[in-house]
Amino acid sequence: MGGLHDSRDRLARACKGLIVVLLALSLASCSGGVLDPLGPVGADDAAILIDATVIMLAIIIPTILLAFWMMWRYRASNPKGEYLPYWSYSGRIEAVVWSIPILTIMFIGGVIWIGSYKLDPFKPLPSKNPPLEVQVVSLDWKWLFIYPEEGIATVNQLVIPAGTPVHFSITSASVFNVFFVPRLGSMIYAMPGMVSQLSLQADRPAVMFGQSSHFSGDGFSDMQFQVQSVPDAEFTAWVRTAKGGGRPLDRAAYAQLARQSQNVKPYTYASVDPQLFHAVATQQIPPAPGPEPENPSHAGREVSTGGHD
Amino acid sequence: MFGKLDWSAIPISQPIPLITSLVVILVVLGVLGLVTAKGWWPYLWREWITTVDHKRIGIMYCLLGVVMLIRGFADAIMMRTQQALAVGGAQGYLPPEHYNQIFSAHGTIMIFFGAMPLVIGFMNFLVPLQLGVRDVAFPTFNSVSFWLTASGALLVNVSLFLGEFARTGWLPYPPLSEAAYSPGVGVDYYLWAVQISGVGTLVTGINFVTTVLKVRCPGMSYLRMPMFTWTAFASSLIIVAVFPILTATLAMLTLDRYVGWHFFTNTAGGNPMMFMNLIWAWGHPEVYILVLPAFGIFSEIFSTFSGKPLFGYRSMVAATLFICIVSMMVWLHHFFTMGAGPAVNTFFGIASSVIAVGTGVKIYNWIFTMYGGRVRLAVPMLWSMGFIFTFIIGGLTGVLLAVPPADFLVHNSMFLVAHFHNVIVGGVVFALFAGLEFWFPKAFGFRLHEGWGKAAFWLAFFGFWVTFAPLYIVGLMGMTRRLQHVIVPAWAPWLYISAVGVAILALGVISQVVQLVVSIRDREKLRDVTGDPWDGRSLEWATPSPPPFFNYAVLPNVAGEEPYWGIKLRAVETQQLAPEPQYEPIEMPVNSPVGFYTAFFASVFGFAMIWYIWWLAILALVAAYAGFAWFAWRDVHEFEVPVEEVAQADRARRAAREAALARLSEQGALP
Repeated sequence: MGGLHDSRDRLARACKGLIVVLLALSLASCSGGVLDPLGPVGADDAAILIDATVIMLAIIIPTILLAFWMMWRYRASNPKGEYLPYWSYSGRIEAVVWSIPILTIMFIGGVIWIGSYKLDPFKPLPSKNPPLEVQVVSLDWKWLFIYPEEGIATVNQLVIPAGTPVHFSITSASVFNVFFVPRLGSMIYAMPGMVSQLSLQADRPAVMFGQSSHFSGDGFSDMQFQVQSVPDAEFTAWVRTAKGGGRPLDRAAYAQLARQSQNVKPYTYASVDPQLFHAVATQQIPPAPGPEPENPSHAGREVSTGGHD
Repeated sequence: MFGKLDWSAIPISQPIPLITSLVVILVVLGVLGLVTAKGWWPYLWREWITTVDHKRIGIMYCLLGVVMLIRGFADAIMMRTQQALAVGGAQGYLPPEHYNQIFSAHGTIMIFFGAMPLVIGFMNFLVPLQLGVRDVAFPTFNSVSFWLTASGALLVNVSLFLGEFARTGWLPYPPLSEAAYSPGVGVDYYLWAVQISGVGTLVTGINFVTTVLKVRCPGMSYLRMPMFTWTAFASSLIIVAVFPILTATLAMLTLDRYVGWHFFTNTAGGNPMMFMNLIWAWGHPEVYILVLPAFGIFSEIFSTFSGKPLFGYRSMVAATLFICIVSMMVWLHHFFTMGAGPAVNTFFGIASSVIAVGTGVKIYNWIFTMYGGRVRLAVPMLWSMGFIFTFIIGGLTGVLLAVPPADFLVHNSMFLVAHFHNVIVGGVVFALFAGLEFWFPKAFGFRLHEGWGKAAFWLAFFGFWVTFAPLYIVGLMGMTRRLQHVIVPAWAPWLYISAVGVAILALGVISQVVQLVVSIRDREKLRDVTGDPWDGRSLEWATPSPPPFFNYAVLPNVAGEEPYWGIKLRAVETQQLAPEPQYEPIEMPVNSPVGFYTAFFASVFGFAMIWYIWWLAILALVAAYAGFAWFAWRDVHEFEVPVEEVAQADRARRAAREAALARLSEQGALP
C-alpha cells in the first residue's frame, strides 16, 4: 500500500509541477502579445476582446455544466433519473432557450456596434501632439517605410516617437499583406492600388516586433520588422543620423528594391523621392515583378531564389 | 505535343515528395494488381463502379473521404513538426516552396475531398432510407457527382508527383495566385481539381433538393422528416445557392491566368478585393454546408441514445432554416481588417454573431433531449458529448472573431487557426466519426468494436485539445498563420506542446484503423441480425442491415414523427409484427457507366488544361460530352425486380424481427 501511496504522491507532485510550469508559461506568454498593449488602440482592442470573452463565459460555463450534469443524472444506470419517454416539448423551456442566446447576442451586438465606430482604424487619434506621418509599402518580401515629412525611408525597421500618434498610409506594390504590430493594436490590409489608413500610438519607449499577417508567398515568414518607440529627442537624433548616411531612394533604387528578395536586414535611405508613395499607390509605377527564375523552362515548378539573390 | 509537361515535372531533387509519390504509386499498383489477380474486376465494375444505388454511392463517398482525411492529416503532421523544428534561426526540414504547398493542400484536401465527400456520403446513404423511398430523384446523376468528386481528388494527388500544388493557401487569393506571381502549374491544379469536383457537388445539391421536395414515402410530410434529412435538405439548398458562385469565381481566375484577362489582377483595372468577396460569399456558407448535416447527425444520436424524441423538433427545424439563410449574409467577417468602414463592419459583425442564436438553440435542445432520458454512453454518444464541450468553446472564439475590434488583433493569427479547427474538427469531424460508428452496422451488417472506438474517441479528444489550445495562446501572443519558420522564441514551447498533441491525434487515427480491422476480423461476433442495433427511431432502422438494394419491399405509410418507433411499439404491445403486406414487383434504375466514363474524361481534360496540352483537352471534352449525349438516348432505364425476390427478401427481414421479438418476451423485457 505504501508504494501505491508513494507513487500517487509522486503523480500528484508531478501534476502540480506541470500546472506550475503551464501557469508560468501562460503568464510569460502574456508579455509581448496582443494582451500586453503598449498604446491606446491596442488597449481598447484588448479590452473589447476580454469583455466579450467574459460576457460569453458567463453563459457557456453554466451551459457546459448543465450538459454534463444532464448526461450524468439521466444516465441509463441511474435509477434516480426519472424516465419520461414522450417528453419532448415545453413552451417555457423553448422560450428560455431562444431568449438566452438572443439576449447574449444583443449585448454582444452592442459591443460590436460601439466598438466598430470607436476603433475604426481610419479614425485619427485624439492627441495634443500632431501625428507623425508614415507611408508604408509592402513589397516581396519586405516592408518599406517612408517618412515624408522627414524625407527619409527605411526597410524592415520602424522607429516612432513615444507618446505621439502615428498616422500610417498603407499600400502594397505587389500582392496583399497585412500591416500588424501586435502590441500597438489594430492591423490592416496593404493592397495594391489602394491606400488604407491606420492610426496607432506607443505610450512608452519599447522595442516590439511587427509582421505581415497575410500570407504573401515564399519569403513571407521573414516579412517581420522591428518597431522601436523612442523618446522625442532620440527620434530627432535618429532622423538626423539617417539623413547623414545611406543612399537616396529614387525611382532607380526603388526598382531595384521592388524585386523579390527574402530575409532583408533593416537599413535606411538618406532621402526619398517625395512623389514615390503616391506613384506606387496609384500604380504610376507598375506593380513589382513576380518571380524571375534563373531557369524559366522548368516544367511547372516555380524556382525559388531561396533568399540568396 | 505535351504542352508544359516534360521530365523536369517529376520532383527528382526533392526527396520528400519523390519518396511519397513512389510509395503511393506502389500501393496503388499493389491494390490494382491484387484486384486483377483475384479476378475482382467484373464484381467491382458491376456492383460498385457502375452502381446507381444511393447506399453504395454513399459508401464510396465515405471511403474517398476517409482516405483523403488521412492524406490531409499527413500534411498536418508535417506542418506541426515543421513549425516545432523551425524555431529561432532554424529552417526546419521543409523549405518555403514545399511548406507552402503543404498547408495549401491540407486545407484544400480536408474541406473539398475529406469533409465534403463524407458529409455527402452520409446524405446519400441516409436521406432516401429516412424518407422511406428507394433511391434519390436522379440516380445516374448521383453516380456522375461521385465520380467527378473522385476525379478532383485524383488531380490534387497527381500534383504530388507531376509538377507542384498551389502555394497560395486553400483559397488562392489574387494577385498572389495570378500568373505574374504564381507562374507554375500549382494554382492550375487547384483550379481544375476544385472546378471538376465542384460540378459534382452542385449536381448533388440539385439531386437532394429534388429528392426531399418530390420523393417521399406516403405520409412523410415535411414536419415528419427526421432531423438529419432536414439538415441535409438545408445543406443542399445552400449548395444550390452558393456553388455557382465558386464556379464563376474560379472561372474568372482561370481566364485571368490562361488568357490574360484582368478580373482580379493588380493591374489594368483588375480588382483582387472582388475575389475575396466572391470566394467568401461561397466560402462561409460552405462551412454551414458541412456543419448542418453534422448537427443532424448529433440530433439523431442524442435522441436515440437518450431513448426519447428530440426535444423541440420544430424549434430545431426553425433554427436550421434560420442558419441556412443567415449563413449567406456574413461573408465579410473574413476581412474586417480590409478597412471597409465601421458601418459595414457593424452589419457583418452582428449578422455573424446572430448565427450563434441558431446554434445556441440547438445546443440547448440537445441538452434537454437528455432530460428525462435513459442516456447510454456508447461510442457515438461519447463523440456527441465531446462535441458539445468542444463546439461551445469554438463558438465562443467564433463570436470573438465576429467582434471587429477583437478581430483586428487576431485576424489571420494562430488564434483563428485554432478557432476554425475547433468548430470544424469539434463539430464536423466528431459528427462524422460519431455517424460512422452509428450507421456502420446499417451499411455493413456488423458493429464496430466498442473498446477501440472508445480509445479512438479519448485519444482524438485529448489530442485535439493538446494540439489546438496552445495555438490559441500563440495566436494571442501575436503569431500569424502560415509561417514556415518562427522567429519569436517565446512561441516555441507552445509549438512543441502542439506537436505532442498531433502525435496523440495520430494515435487516435491509428486506433480508428485498428478498430476497423478488428471489427472486420470479429464480424461474426459483432453481427447485427435484427437491423436495429441501437434501438433506433427513424425509418432506416426498419430495414435489415445491410438493406436490400430496393430498401423497402413495400413503401412505409407514415403516420407521425419517428415512424419506426411507432411500428416498434405496436409490435411490442401486440407481440407480433404487422400482417404480411401484399408484395408487388419493383421498378429500379439500371446501372450505368456514364458517371465513371464522364469523370474519366473530365480528369483527362483537367490534366490536359493544367499542362497546356490543348489537343488532348479538346478531345477529352468532346468525349465527356459524347458520354452525356449517348446516355440521353438510352432506351432502357429501369428494370423490374420480380415479386418473388421482393417477397423472399422481406420475409427474411420479418423472420429476423420475429425472432428478436420472441427473444425479448423470453427475457421478460416486454410488458
